[in-house]
Amino acid sequence: MTPGPPEHGPSPTLWPLGFAVGIAVALVGLIVDPTVIASIGAAIAIVFGFLWARDATTEMRRHVPMVTAEVREATPAEVAAAPAADEGEAAMPPPQPGERFARSRFLEGATLGLGGVIGGILTVPVAGFAILPAFLGQKGHKVDMGPVSAYPVGKWFIATFMVDPKEGEVSRRTAFVRNNGAVGNNVPSFTIISNRCAHLGCPVQANGPTGAILGEKNVTEHTKNGSVLLRPVVPAGFGCPCHGGQYDTEGNRTAGPPVRALDRYGFEVDNGRLVLLSTFSVSHVVGTGGQAKIYKYKSAGPGEHVDGPEQWFYPLNPPHH
Amino acid sequence: MAVRRPPSKSQVRREQMLAAATYPLDWLEERSGLVGGVRYFLFRKVPADTNWMQTLGSATLTAFIVQALTGVILAMYYKPSPHDAYSSIQNITDHVTLGWLVRGMHKWGASVFIILLFLHMGRVFLFGAYKYPRELNWIVGVLLLVLGMTAGFTGYLLPWDQTAYWASVVGINLNGTAPFLGPWLAQFLRSGQEINGNTLSLFYSLHMLIIPGGIISLITLHLYLVIRLGVTSPPWSREAAGAEVVEEPSTLRTGLTRPAPHGASGGRD
Repeated sequence: MTPGPPEHGPSPTLWPLGFAVGIAVALVGLIVDPTVIASIGAAIAIVFGFLWARDATTEMRRHVPMVTAEVREATPAEVAAAPAADEGEAAMPPPQPGERFARSRFLEGATLGLGGVIGGILTVPVAGFAILPAFLGQKGHKVDMGPVSAYPVGKWFIATFMVDPKEGEVSRRTAFVRNNGAVGNNVPSFTIISNRCAHLGCPVQANGPTGAILGEKNVTEHTKNGSVLLRPVVPAGFGCPCHGGQYDTEGNRTAGPPVRALDRYGFEVDNGRLVLLSTFSVSHVVGTGGQAKIYKYKSAGPGEHVDGPEQWFYPLNPPHH
Repeated sequence: MAVRRPPSKSQVRREQMLAAATYPLDWLEERSGLVGGVRYFLFRKVPADTNWMQTLGSATLTAFIVQALTGVILAMYYKPSPHDAYSSIQNITDHVTLGWLVRGMHKWGASVFIILLFLHMGRVFLFGAYKYPRELNWIVGVLLLVLGMTAGFTGYLLPWDQTAYWASVVGINLNGTAPFLGPWLAQFLRSGQEINGNTLSLFYSLHMLIIPGGIISLITLHLYLVIRLGVTSPPWSREAAGAEVVEEPSTLRTGLTRPAPHGASGGRD
């Protein structure tokens, strides 16, 4: 081994770059193609890693000559030419108060900038995960309520059913159902009122005798939405136990704090079976039963005005089904 | 001329015991400065005429610490799913050893915490302790009140019984009636259009992770400001009004909780 020129520090080298490329290729390869591309990446990394290690350890492996600094006396001419240490102009002027240097300013900006970018990259998906699921993919459900023949014309039932059997009992809802009989050109008509109070969402109750008092039996229909319990009732109206809101049998507010009529379920009759659709909101109802004129609005939360000037407080509702 | 006597055997032993006892503290202090920090926190100067009312803040802090500790223990037994939540609460109350006590402490402690918060707030208001330069600490305190009440609201749903469920329905819908963003807030809290299983998980996460984290951060800031700005005198303070106050020389022992009196003369320094 021939002694090279004396060196006082590791010279710049490009091997780490190749090593990094190899690691990157290997990691990408793990996802794309574990056998071929990952192996190629590993090979590149190993080769460049070896070269890098070899380069970095050169000094340890070879004989490094002792280098002694040359010392000689200054000639009188040099002594005369050199200015005294405290004289003449400094190579670099002293910094002004508050003066900043390009390098430190760059590092400061880079730290804050990179930190911000990393923080943003981390925060955006996490915050999105925390908030968006409540608003996206709100699917409506069709609820099979059993055969239409289970609902004799003109009779009220308190029906409880699961909107989403997969979710279980927590999705159980209650509605007041009355078959109004066929209307007009033999179109089936049902009044299906949600029991969610239009004040703050408490469960509205039917004001009237149910079940045994009427001498009638509760009926359980087994449908593909699980069991649907039908309790016969003769309501004089509906009332909320929480804050005393009262409604008539069409769901119109008659007393108390509610801001509109009770919500209703849309429905369809499919193969002789009653199927509930999504709910919609109602400001008020004129008339009764099949002849009722229902003032419909998009489904709104309890306590939200759907008509009058107060509706201007709720210009945009979150996505509903 | 005083003759220096050699220390007696018992004196030497006491010195040695003292050195052995303080060694760990000295070790800690040399490496962290924590002992000095705690001393600075505990032995800072307060007005001579502070009042028992001014312990309400510490009482609120204590109530919060009780909530945090009992809450962490309850989390070991509670199961935040619609199917298991109520039965796990019953299990804690009826079967887990001392579960009834820890749950009771957490349940009633929640009310104690809120009541103390309001008493503390009332004291600060009536003493005028919110005035310059302490306005920021009032604002931090109001945020703590909001977070404390949010903690109460989210914790109320967790037993998952009828009271919890319908109270949360009403509470969420109450938020929903706020103009403009209310319906959005309500739908976020509900984790969807109607209350569902995720609502319970969301409230659990808010109740035991997010809100306590916020409260702890704000309490730290609150205490920092108390230490930085000092304690106010009561409004009837003669001292604060400029009257001369003669400090009585302390004849009590000094120790870890009672620093040495400043100057033996007893005058103000």
